[in-house]
Amino acid sequence: MAGLKKQEKVIEGILKGSAWFTILITIGIIWVLLYETIIFFRHVSLIEFFTATEWTPLFTIKKYGILPLLTATFLTSFIAIAVAMPLGLTIAIYLSEYANPTFRRIVKPVLELLASIPTVVYGFFALTTVTPFLQNFIPGMAGFNALSPGIVMGIMIMPLITSLSEDALYAIPGSMRFASYALGASRFQTTFRVLLPAASSGIGVSVILAISRAIGETMIVAIAAGQQPRLTLNPLVPVETITTYIVQVSMGDVPQNSPEFRSIFAAGMVLFLFTFGINNLGLYLKRKFYQKYEL
Amino acid sequence: MKKSFIILSVIFLPAAVLLSSCSPRSSEKGEALTGEVKIDGSSTVFPLSEAVAEEFRNSFPNVRVTVGESGTGGGFKKFSRGETDINDASRSIRPEEIEACKANGISYLELEVAYDGLAVVVHPSNTWAKEIKVSELKKLWEPAAQGKITRWNQIRPEWPNKEIHLFGAGTASGTFDYFTEAIVGEAKSSRGDYTASEDDNVLVQGIASDELALGYFGLAYFENNQDKLRILPIDAENGNGPVTPTAETVKSKKYTPLSRPLFIYVNSKSLERKEVQRFVSFYLEHCGTLASDVGYVALTPDELKVTQARWEEFQKQFAK
Repeated sequence: MAGLKKQEKVIEGILKGSAWFTILITIGIIWVLLYETIIFFRHVSLIEFFTATEWTPLFTIKKYGILPLLTATFLTSFIAIAVAMPLGLTIAIYLSEYANPTFRRIVKPVLELLASIPTVVYGFFALTTVTPFLQNFIPGMAGFNALSPGIVMGIMIMPLITSLSEDALYAIPGSMRFASYALGASRFQTTFRVLLPAASSGIGVSVILAISRAIGETMIVAIAAGQQPRLTLNPLVPVETITTYIVQVSMGDVPQNSPEFRSIFAAGMVLFLFTFGINNLGLYLKRKFYQKYEL
Repeated sequence: MKKSFIILSVIFLPAAVLLSSCSPRSSEKGEALTGEVKIDGSSTVFPLSEAVAEEFRNSFPNVRVTVGESGTGGGFKKFSRGETDINDASRSIRPEEIEACKANGISYLELEVAYDGLAVVVHPSNTWAKEIKVSELKKLWEPAAQGKITRWNQIRPEWPNKEIHLFGAGTASGTFDYFTEAIVGEAKSSRGDYTASEDDNVLVQGIASDELALGYFGLAYFENNQDKLRILPIDAENGNGPVTPTAETVKSKKYTPLSRPLFIYVNSKSLERKEVQRFVSFYLEHCGTLASDVGYVALTPDELKVTQARWEEFQKQFAK
């Protein structure tokens, strides 16, 4: 009996240790990020960082304005969401409310397959297929641009929106549908007037998680969006996102203790704060959404 | 005790066999030659040296040849401390580097092994730019241009009022040092608002798919992508007019300032070792064909003869 208890204790200890391990790693990453960022801001003023419009830490005239990287990140993410949200939501509604069960059984795994394609493949798909295709319609579009990786990123995050939104729609109690039909509403009216509003917070969560995924995405934009920091909202010219910059510097031969090198930690910090904030917003909405159906 | 003996013999036996098989046997089999050749220096010369080293390893499998690429300057630092036998260089040795060598009692020989050119290219459907002057390139690429020179008509008024999309070498690349030194006048002095990549294929891809693009990279990459790019003749404003980079104009130095000779520097002390002697001779025998293989311009047969004569002279002086 005593031996069994001891065993339990050991197992409990291992489980506890694993849990703490992840927490410690997270703290460690945040600490390193914070530490390097603070040193970076001894060299570069916060005001310059957030208001200057040029980003050229590696060159003769050094400018540390994060705005060009930030706008590029938002531009590509915005295009991705603009593609993924309508498409993903339409598919979710169709699968949950219209499709027959056989079709649903086939389509859902195929959709999830999209999420398992390595992002480097998506990147080359954007660069070598989507961009030349779009150039047929848009004269003057540059080979590296925000539009093409944005669209491809939209395709990549679409399954995320579809899957979570469909779960949200599916989770609505059948009684709501029946009540709507009993009042004489059509299927279309039921879907758009009753079910969508009821599932709105769940759909919101899916979109927010998708945004966070798009902002942090690296490979697609590094391959297809270009490497030129440029303050613009024009989706047809080369831009550089925060993630691309971090890749570029970490692979180059920038001396380790220079402000140029630390700039990647500051850029990483900005990225982290955004995704952290967005994920927390998502979690908050998710909690609300589950509470709603406890009645 | 017994066990350790077995282990020791396992380790030493092949070595002993190797050693015994080495000395007396024929030298037509390259296996007779052993030792190490240490090379470092320019990343531009690296492909050529590495190609030579590869061939050399085939013929002399028991010589270890290592080729580093810390850049011409970084390589000379090691070379002047006697840490390397050969330094790859994409420029001549600088006075302070000569001093450093002298201080450590190192004498050396400079050998030209090939020529390299930089190409300035645009998209094939660019109808306006037919050639470009060095002063225009300077105006376009100097640090003062950053954020200011952003349209084609700012370079030349008759060119269209359209954005110019720039592509060039990343700051870690030797091409970046070379271009900025030749055009702007000071190495590493460049504007920063352009697509900068150490990977020449990224630049080729970017320029080939952008009608408003202008960029520069090694001539070798242009030759492999001629159908997708158009090269701009360069007017050095020396009365020769615009010159297109070709094997001939690079070799004759008519294509200026964007062509340069590539060198190797050999430490005289290293000549005491047979494997280094053999390697340098091998280098000069093969650099002609290998230079064109890796995309550089080979020396003319006459130039090669001169180089080889200088090498033999040097060998007589220092080899034992």
